[in-house]
This record gives sequence, C-alpha cells and structure tokens, in this order.
Amino acid sequence: MASTTTSAVKAASAASPAQEPGLSERARTRAQKKREVEHLRTLTLGPGRRGRVAAYSVVAVLAALWALPLGWAVLSSFKSEADASAAPLKFWPEGGWTADAYRGVLAAGDIPLWIWNSILVSTIVTIVTVTISALAAYAFSRQKFRGRRWLFGLTLAALMVPPQILIVPLFDQMIALRLSDTLLGVALPQVVMPLMVIVMKNFFDQIPVELEEAARLDGASDFRVFYAVVLPLSRSILTAVSIFVFISAWNNFLWPFIVTNSPEIMTIPVGLGTVKNAYGVQYASEMASAMIGALPLLIVFMLFQRHIIRGFATSGMGGQ
Amino acid sequence: MTTTTSPAQAPRPPASISSAAEPRKRALPRTGYWFLAPYLFFFALFLIWPIIYGLWMSLTNRSLVTEDSEFAGLSNYGEALTDPQMWSSLGNTLFFTVISSVPLVLVSFVMAYLVYTGLKGQWLWRLTFFAPFLLPVSVVTAIWAFLFTNDFGLVNGLLDKAGLSQVGWLSDERIAMWSIALVTLWWTVGFNFLLYLSALQNIPDHLYEAAQLDGAGTWRRLFSITLPMMKSTTGLIILLQALASLKVFDQIFLLTAGGPNGATRSILQYIYDSGFTGYRLGYASATSYIFFALIVLVSLVQMRLAKRKDS
Repeated sequence: MASTTTSAVKAASAASPAQEPGLSERARTRAQKKREVEHLRTLTLGPGRRGRVAAYSVVAVLAALWALPLGWAVLSSFKSEADASAAPLKFWPEGGWTADAYRGVLAAGDIPLWIWNSILVSTIVTIVTVTISALAAYAFSRQKFRGRRWLFGLTLAALMVPPQILIVPLFDQMIALRLSDTLLGVALPQVVMPLMVIVMKNFFDQIPVELEEAARLDGASDFRVFYAVVLPLSRSILTAVSIFVFISAWNNFLWPFIVTNSPEIMTIPVGLGTVKNAYGVQYASEMASAMIGALPLLIVFMLFQRHIIRGFATSGMGGQ
Repeated sequence: MTTTTSPAQAPRPPASISSAAEPRKRALPRTGYWFLAPYLFFFALFLIWPIIYGLWMSLTNRSLVTEDSEFAGLSNYGEALTDPQMWSSLGNTLFFTVISSVPLVLVSFVMAYLVYTGLKGQWLWRLTFFAPFLLPVSVVTAIWAFLFTNDFGLVNGLLDKAGLSQVGWLSDERIAMWSIALVTLWWTVGFNFLLYLSALQNIPDHLYEAAQLDGAGTWRRLFSITLPMMKSTTGLIILLQALASLKVFDQIFLLTAGGPNGATRSILQYIYDSGFTGYRLGYASATSYIFFALIVLVSLVQMRLAKRKDS
C-alpha cells in the first residue's frame, strides 16, 4: 500500500508547474471520473437494477440509524425542558420550538471558555508535535549518525506503550514540575506521538534524494535543505498529520481529565463530561451543551472533508 | 511491521550520494542530533521517564496524600493478582473487547463496501458514518444517556409505542456492557470505515473485469476478489480495534462509572479508581504494568501471526 504515499509525492511535485487546468479540461476530467465511478458500480453491483436497489436500501437504513441519535439530540435541544422530557414521547413539542436551552447554557458561561481552552491546547499540541516529529522523521530518514537505528527502534517500540498506563507517574511528574491544573500541563505530555514520526519518515523515504543533493551542492545547510526543499514537497503529509493530531488532542479525555481540577482550565470533553449544573439533569440544556460542544469539529469537517478523510486514512494506518 | 522495510525500497542512486559526500560528511553527524534533539527531549521527559518512574512507583507504597513512600517489593503485584476485583474488571474489559470489536469490523466493512461501489451521495454517506467519530466523548455519552433514559428516552419511548416493555439499558447488569458496546460502535465505526474505504479504493478495476469475463457474478466477485484483497487490511484493523477496545475507559466512566454493581468496570477504571480515588499511586502503577504486559502480549501474538502469514 506504499502507492498512496508515492502518488502523494507525485501529486505534490506535479502541482508545481504553473498550468492551471482550464475549465473545459476540468469538466472533462470530471466526466471521465463519472464514467469510472459508473463503471465500478456496474462491476461491483452488476448491470441490473436489483443490485443497486439493494445497495441503496442497505446504505440508507444504516445512514438513518447513524443519523438518528444526533438528529434526536438536535431536535431535543430546541425544545423546552418540559417537552424534552415528556413521557410518553412526543416528536412535536407542545410548547413549540425554542432556543431557550442554548441561551441558558451560553449565559451560564463555561462552555465558550472550554472551547477556547480546547483551541489553545489543540493548537499547541499540533504545532509542537508536527514540528518535533517532522524534524526527527527527517533525521531518521536521511541523516547518518551514531545510534540512529537504536533510537528508531525505540520509537517503534514506543508504539506499543498505551498512553493510559503513564497517567499515574505523569500526574506525579506534573505536580513536581508545577504544571498540574495548567493548560501547558494538559498540552505538553500529548506531544510525544511516535506514530507520527513513523508516518512522516515513511513519507520522506519516498522523496527522491536528488533534489536535496542539488541544493546541497549549491551550498545549502541541512536545515535550509529541509526547510526549503523537503517541507514544500511534504505539504500533503504535513496536512494529514496536523489534522490527525489536532483532532486527537481536541477529543482527548483521560489525560486532561486527570490533570485539570478547576473548571477554568478544562477542555471541552472534560468540562462537558464532569461539570454538572446544580438543578439536576435537564435534558434540553444537556443536548444544547452537547451540540455546542460538537459544532466546532463538525464545521471543520464539512469545510475540509476531503483533507480530513485522507489525513485519517494515511495517519491512522501508520502511513502505509 | 511492514513499515520498517520501506527505507530499503526507497530509490537512492548510489552515484549521487558519493558525489555529494564531500561537503556532507563532516557536517552530518552533528546536525542529525540537532534535528532529533527536540523530539528526544519530549520523548525522554514524557515517555521514557514516566515508564521508568512508574515501574519504580509500582515497587513502593507511594500514596497521593502523603509525601514519604517505602519500598514494598513485589507486594503490589501480589495484591493485584489476587484481587478478585482486578480479575473481574479485566474480564469485563476482555468481554467488551470481543463484543465491540466484532461488529466494529463487520459493520465498518459493509459501510465502506457500499460507499466504495460508487453509490450516489458519497458526500452524505461519508459524513453520516464518520461524523460521530469527530464528537468529543462527553457529547457522545450525553446524547446516549438521554436516548437510554427510562421513561422519556427515545429508545424506551419507541419500545413503549411498540407495546414492548422498557429495558434498563444502563441500569441492568446483564445489558449495560452491551449498551456500551452499541454506543462505541456508533461512535467509532467511522474510523474503521475510512481505513477500509481507502484500502478498497486501491483494488485495481481490472481484477473485477477479468472475473466478469470469467463469468463470475457480483456476489462471486465480492467473495473471491474483494474479500481476499482485504485480508491484510482486516488483520491490521482487527489489531488496532482490539488494542483500542482493551483501552476502553472514557465512555464507560461517563455513562455508568463502572456500574451497575461493577458490571462495566474496565481495567483502566480499576487503575483510575485505585490511584486517584483510593490515593494508592504505587498500587495503581503496578496494575498499570500488568495491563501493559497484556497489551504487549496481544501486539506480539498478532505480529507473530502476521509473520507466519507472510512466509
């Protein structure tokens, strides 16, 4: 499956010549793509209608089941508390639709702060992780130094270490470093991701070395070669890894839960999960909070669906 | 690990290396370390050191509330291995791993295959199947806790309307773990779905064309081309899924906190409970290492199996 990464390299290097495809050409490629999809559909489902109808029915049922929980949560978040917890169940609220739950939740105040904390933490984690992992991956891929094999072996072995078993010593460590209950304490232990080093090393391994050699002959230093030659060729993998790291950090629960104590330091998953209001369970408000907590990543996903899917497919499989 | 073999395959013409060797030779050994230094700093501080420190803690009776701790030898390990609660939470974890992994692999394949065939509405199907994976765990548990509520939850409400009796989805000891597996399936199937989808898209069309010429029907093509081509991907997905399921904590902690009556307590929650609720950091560390051994064992067994398949 190395072909995915090689084709990414090809795409990256092919994109540089300044020939924006004309509109007609784009339309032609789209038509070509359409024919290919149609062809594959015939190959996998057969030429008749029966296979198609069956496939559409199954996929529609699955999609309906998968959309139902979220859909019900959205509906309930726009009901009054009385309607949201009406028994027997009513789909249409007697008191009409209302955004009161959202107003109440936003006025009570912690959620915007948690979202802000999540943005800060995920951004720090992403920048630091991608930077240090890219540098290390390049060293493992290209440079010769004593201990390289040994250190890379250590990184591979570290893949097997579940971060969850480190929470006890890490918590003690954070107290010693005076980082417990701080945003840095939430962020920093998350920046060690051996998988990302390996994913990027696999990518760098596929880049032809000649370009770097040429730059080096022109007198460029190693850092300059890395910065000016390798990184521009690696945009696709850097995007993929950044997306993967950002979303992992955004949704991380256990470590932020362990290391934070005060509500002002919490991230979205921890705050929503642990801070309960004083009036007991109010389902409309709960669903409104949940929807606000869900929204940032869902919006990001709708904007960058293609990148995110590619990012997860490459990073998730270890870049194979 | 197939990943380690790739450097050998990378095209590296030896001629160009020797021609550029002069300026490189002196500079390289040092810069290699400079490139690595930031990563190694964090790697040592937040991975290597906690592993060593945790191992040391597991041999002491270190507590969260008092400063001093004494060497306790292997007594923490002895206690953990004879504690029936440790074994029952380990049993719960294994049970959850089985009942969650099987549907997570099967359903994700069905979803990926259907989308792969090129049904119209790709964007919509992908969004619907993958979106739950992007939700923070507390959003997922808030939604499902509401759906599973007794009188006005959607699931029991629908059962009522159908004239059936309500089910204590999270409050019945025999059912709670199944409910959690269901939540996990809904939440995380999108990840396996994407892995399968990208693997399926690498199958060359001409294999199907050849099979078609041989007169193979569509089911036949699915069973003798698609599924065999998915063998190694499936192996990898099963491993990743089993490891992820063994590490279950978040959704259980937030939905049932391990209840009712300990029926859904996972091994990670046992560690959390003994360390952060019971203040016994030394004991919690020892249990962490027992769990770690289990994870390494699963990974090694899988690697052995994969190697046997290759040769």
